[in-house]
Parts: sequence; structure tokens; C-alpha cells
Amino acid sequence: MNKVETEAWGGTRVDLFSKFDALIAERQALLDTGVRDPFAIVMDKVLSPTLAIIQGKETILLGTYNYMGMTFDPDVIEAGKRALDEYGSGTTGSRVLNGTYQGHKECEQALKDYYGTRHAMVFSTGYQANLGLMSTIAGKDDYIILDADSHASIYDGCALGNAQIVRFRHNSVEDLDKRLGRLPPEGGRLVVLEGVYSMLGDIAPLKEMVAVARKHGAMVAVDEAHGMGFFGANGRGVFEEAGVEDDVDFVIGTFSKSVGTVGGFIVSNHPKFEVLRLVCRPYVFTASLPPSVVATAATSIRKLMQAGAKRAHLWENSRRLHQGLRDLGFRLATEKPESAIIAILLPDQQTTVAMWQALLEQGVYVNMARPPATPAGMFLLRCSLCAEHSSEQVEQILEKFAAAGRATGCIG
Amino acid sequence: MTDREETLAKVTGLIAPFNKKGIKLTEATSFAGDLEWDSLTVMDFVAAIEDEFDILITMNMQAEIETVGQLVDAVEDLRNEG
Repeated sequence: MNKVETEAWGGTRVDLFSKFDALIAERQALLDTGVRDPFAIVMDKVLSPTLAIIQGKETILLGTYNYMGMTFDPDVIEAGKRALDEYGSGTTGSRVLNGTYQGHKECEQALKDYYGTRHAMVFSTGYQANLGLMSTIAGKDDYIILDADSHASIYDGCALGNAQIVRFRHNSVEDLDKRLGRLPPEGGRLVVLEGVYSMLGDIAPLKEMVAVARKHGAMVAVDEAHGMGFFGANGRGVFEEAGVEDDVDFVIGTFSKSVGTVGGFIVSNHPKFEVLRLVCRPYVFTASLPPSVVATAATSIRKLMQAGAKRAHLWENSRRLHQGLRDLGFRLATEKPESAIIAILLPDQQTTVAMWQALLEQGVYVNMARPPATPAGMFLLRCSLCAEHSSEQVEQILEKFAAAGRATGCIG
Repeated sequence: MTDREETLAKVTGLIAPFNKKGIKLTEATSFAGDLEWDSLTVMDFVAAIEDEFDILITMNMQAEIETVGQLVDAVEDLRNEG
């Protein structure tokens, strides 16, 4: 209930912040135990894709989604600097007005070449790409069928639009089939899937799911935010590895992970795709990306086409960390390393924060994740590997996990 | 029993396995307030209802349904449509 206070003018007003009192109290209770705030880390200096200075301490970064380590690539940096000099610091405008520069078109061309599609549309963030697609493509008599563990941007896109929303159980082909089978015959259908689910690092059975979606006459969108760069022969994502490229209508992606900057995109072969530029509100009513950002993105995307050695090393790192953590006695979210995310399951908030802090003191930064971001009320420490982590660094990480795990009693 | 009474009995039966606190059920019992279900429990329960009556309850509809009585009404409507 909101607290009602009497004002100087004699009336009353409701404090709209009262609804957050429980959260404020829970957070304060946690901080009162003496732990550092896991959601308020400051990187004082960033030395490389895998190293930063946090509170004066050199720290290995194991929670950045910087999978391909492109953030300090010399060609990428150079392209950004040149664009700053030639085009200035920002566009100050929407893509549909004054905010489309040559660099935005070059970036879209790089995406078309990377994905082998006829169309590519660059948004200011990956979040906005999902907001734009979900809210626009399905109208009120259409259905969006989504995985229960979908990213917040997919849910938020559905909330922004007015389509009918149906959830199916995470990664359950059978449940998807059943729900599609119960839809009324009229109305369009869009099935929304993700290649890699970022909380647990598990991948979707896209071959089976896309086949089921097609059987029921649905269009298919796959979010490859965490799959771009190192799945499939061309690094396009899990959908490429699953061999379903011809049956996927839209691929949504981001520049803030493997590409190493910020921005979002949708690629498609649909002949009417370009109309989305006129009707997607999260594309129209926001400023476009700065010239330096699209220049770094385009350069990075083109380099990712030739990144076979980096991909192989990233997978090697993921396998080694998974095996090593398992050998130490940690409980992991997936039986096998399915992606570049390895999630450690811990029993409760207290233990999770203690372990997170012990790792930080050892010099390793990982992500802490808790409900409601996590499925099934799980508490997780999420590690994301980088192709630039050396094999020696991965061994150091394992030593630090051993020390932190024993200090906190998480492992024997 | 009328159709509605029959639906109510079936819905009540399906709530039972999720009624961890043994709350006494009436048509006014609310899912979030009284039964204190989280979104995962809601999903499991909705799936059970959908399977029982062979219907589909969209998230848009779920947002409007707060009490047992409202759910019974919604199930009745959906069955009559289908």
C-alpha cells in the first residue's frame, strides 16, 4: 500500500515510491551484512577485453559477453577514430530524418554480407530491435508464441504492442506444438526463439522447434544475441548450426556482445521487410547510433567473418572452464558446455553474494543473477568466456574459483 | 450440477496440487493475493487448465483473471467459443 502523507497545503499525496519499500529493505539488509553491492561495480580502468582495474585491483573479466574480444581490436578502434574525425560525435537525429549517414548504410551492408540476407536494419540497441519487431509485426488479432525464458526485451516488446501472447515451456518442442495446435485458424503467428538463453547458457533445439512452427504455419524470429560470432560455419548463430536458415524469417542481434560495441539489428529476406523502417516506433522515435559506433560495428562484423581461430579458442575456453568447475565440485546449469556462458547454481542469495564477493577479492569478476531475471527462482553466478582469455588465464580463473569456493563453503 | 458448477469443481481440483498453504477456496480467492503464486506456478497451473479443457488462455487473458470465479467464467467463455 502506498503511504499517504499530509502536505503543507493541507491536502494529502501518495508517495509513489512506497511500492518499492520491500525491495529497498531487502537490499539494505543484504548490504548490512557487509557485502559489496553486486549491481554497483565500477570499472576504474579497462586494460583489455579480459582485464580491468576494479577498486585498485587488477581483475580478470569473466562476465562481459565480450565473446570475441573485439573491443580493443586495432582495426576496430582505428575505424571509430576516423569516423569521429570525419563525421563528428553524434547524429542528433532519427534514422528516418537526419540520422542515417553513409556509415549506417555500410554497417547494414556488413550485416547483409555476414548473414547473406537481402535486408538489414540497424537499431540503437538490441533491446530496441526486439521492442520494434514484437510491437510492430503482430497486431491485435495475431499471436506471438514465445519461450517462457525469453529475454526481457522480447516480453517488453510484446507489452508495447497489442498482439495475443502465448507462452510455452522453456525449450519444450512438445509444448510449443500443443499450443500452436490450439490456436484459432485465423490470425497471423510469430514464434519467437533464442539461439542461446543467456541465464543458463543453454541452447534451443532450433531444428525441431522451427519445423514445428512451420508445420503450424507460423513465421519464425530467432534472437541470436548470444550466438553470433561463434556458432555455425559462418558464425551467424545457433540457427545456422541447426541448418534452419531458410525457415527463419527474422534474425535479431546485437552489437553489444561479440561485435564489441552497442546497437541492435534485424536481418531478413522478406520482400516487404523495408517497410518496418516506417512503422517501428523504437526505430523512428529515437536518435541513431553515433558515426563512430556504426564504423566500429561494421569493421568488427567484417573481421568476425574471418575469425575461425578465435572461435576455436573460445570453444576450447568454454569446455575447459566447464570441466574445471565441475571437477572442483560446483553445480552447473548445463550438463555440457553448450555456449560461451557457464552458469553456476547456488542455493540462496546469501551464499551467492558471498561467493561473488570472494571471487572479486581473488580478482575475478562474474555476473550475479537472481530472480526475477532468472528462471525458476534460481541464484546464479554467470561466467561468460572471451576468445581473448588465454589458456593460462582460464587456469588462473579455476584456481581462484577453488580458493573462493572453499573460503565460502560452496565446495568441499 | 450445471456446467458452471462442474467447471468450478474441476478448476478447484486442479488448484489443489498448487495450494501449498492449504488456503480454503472460494470463488473470491485470488491467485496472486491469497494463493501467493509466482509466475512459474501460474504457468504450470495454466498449462494444467488448458490441457483439462483443451483451450488456450493467452497472457493477455491471464492478466485480467485475478480470482477463481473469474477463471471459471473465462473457461466457460472459451469452451463456448470453441
